[in-house]
Amino acid sequence: MNKYKLLNFVKRLGLFVLVIFTVVSLVTILIELVPGDPAIARLGDNATPEQLQAFRNRHNLDVPSFFFSYDSVDGFEWHGVKNRYLDYWKGVLQGDLGISYDTDRPVLDLVIERYPATIKLALAALVIAVFISIPLGVLAGTNKNSLIDNFASFFALMGICLPGFVIGPLLVYFFAVKIPIFSPTGSYYPEDIVLPAITLGAALSAILTRMVRSSVIEELGEDYVRTARAKGLSEKVVIYKHVLKNGLIPVVTILGLQLGVLLAGAIITEKIFNWRGVGTLLLDGINTRDHRLVQGVVLIISVTYILANSFTDMVYRWLDPRIRIN
Amino acid sequence: MNRLTYIGFFLAIVFIFTAIFANQIATHDPIKQFREYDQSAGREVSLKNKPPSGEHWFGTDSLGRDVFSRIVHGARVSLFVGITVVTISGIFGIIIGAIAGFYGGWWDKFLAGYVFNVFLAFPGLLLAIAIVAFLSGTNPTPNDRVRHLIIAMCITGWVGYARVMRGQVLKIREYDFVQAARALGASNLRQLFVHIVPNAIQPLIVQASLAMAGAVLAEASLSFLGLGIPPPNPTWGTMIDEARGIDTMTNALHNLLFPGLVLAFTVLAFNFIGDGLREYLDPKQRKR
Repeated sequence: MNKYKLLNFVKRLGLFVLVIFTVVSLVTILIELVPGDPAIARLGDNATPEQLQAFRNRHNLDVPSFFFSYDSVDGFEWHGVKNRYLDYWKGVLQGDLGISYDTDRPVLDLVIERYPATIKLALAALVIAVFISIPLGVLAGTNKNSLIDNFASFFALMGICLPGFVIGPLLVYFFAVKIPIFSPTGSYYPEDIVLPAITLGAALSAILTRMVRSSVIEELGEDYVRTARAKGLSEKVVIYKHVLKNGLIPVVTILGLQLGVLLAGAIITEKIFNWRGVGTLLLDGINTRDHRLVQGVVLIISVTYILANSFTDMVYRWLDPRIRIN
Repeated sequence: MNRLTYIGFFLAIVFIFTAIFANQIATHDPIKQFREYDQSAGREVSLKNKPPSGEHWFGTDSLGRDVFSRIVHGARVSLFVGITVVTISGIFGIIIGAIAGFYGGWWDKFLAGYVFNVFLAFPGLLLAIAIVAFLSGTNPTPNDRVRHLIIAMCITGWVGYARVMRGQVLKIREYDFVQAARALGASNLRQLFVHIVPNAIQPLIVQASLAMAGAVLAEASLSFLGLGIPPPNPTWGTMIDEARGIDTMTNALHNLLFPGLVLAFTVLAFNFIGDGLREYLDPKQRKR
């Protein structure tokens, strides 16, 4: 590893740490957005002062929220290091995201229980999207303006404009009610993942199909394609060995960026199919006003997204040596 | 501009017109639950899940409300939230992006290298969900919710404009006419807002159109998740959520189909406009 590469790596690592730090800080501060006293917001107006006090003690709510505070009555006040922001940070670094208001269990445990189901769903959606979009995009790109190209365009259009919460219920209606192949909701059997994964992957496959198509069209005009054809390589080899390899580079970037959309979309998909992942956990947290839980889920999903993006970035650099130099 | 762009403009105009004149276009009260006299039962029963008819053009929902009128009034919410979000986040994004691109140096390092990356590090919809959920407290009124939706979507939305703007300003500030203005002694602010920004605005229009599609979709998504304007007020997302019970789908699929299609066409319209304008403004893309 030469000096330049090392410097670049350190720079990128520094930015990564900085972004993670800020995201955790922002999530920490999110809970302060709740209007009024969080204890009253959670327990309601009828709670006794003792109940409220016990709740505040349990959830560390009676310490100041930040290093300092400012309001029109007390003016500027310095609270020192005993504050909620620092305490939350200490907790995060020790793997403690606080205690859920509603279930009285550690937030991290609740999230870890549900996490694999969401990742499974996101990966299944990703696989479906890739398996639909690459063949369809290549077919459309190599047969420009043909019937298959028009079909691919129409398919992509539908996927982009029909949101998951319209596609999902329709899939339930057709493939669970009209033709009962799958169960309408739940995540008990292995095949239960099919409908949610299609719902979640639909938008992504639409975007990817478009990307692959335009990428293939662009690459087909390059000189190396003519060279490959002149060498007498079969069209199949030209397209799958040469064109696709280069054409997939922008697709990988989009894939990484779309992972965030996928994770956020998983919240909606999980609601439709009652899929027991972090999305339904988040919505349960919102409904029961369990702000500590919501905070933890947002944190975990965001960090997952940042990690995945950094990983994509690495893959991208590995795929395309031109980027490594710049 | 191609035919699809014109279709997009047409659909968008229909949508805006519907939203503005919702009171005149709606045939019924959107929250009234209609009833009918049932001969066999000898009493009034709810007029629920009726298929489209001359009286109720898009049928009635599971509570006997007129689906057409609800969709028309729902357009108003979508349009209001969409336009406000696009305007506010557009203004903020343009100013911040212009500062990053024009002043360069530490400003650019801080804004583009750090702030943009932080905001891009959150999945947008997730952050919006969290902000609305935290802001709303116990029982939000419809006005509170509209405000919270707009705040949440602006916080997540401005960075898209800022990135486009920064790129534009980086390019345009080197052009001769800007150099000339500088040589004539124009102040930095004058160079930026009189000479650079007006010439950088074209791709921002494309961004705004695509963002409008995104905002309509995000508003519907948040409503679907129960974070929109509280019932019985009609919004497209809530209508879709209410229509997806198996019983309702089997007996009255139109409850799901009509709001779903209207939402899809609206999103499609703004996407068509955005894509069309992009091609129109950047002829290099046209050949594809």
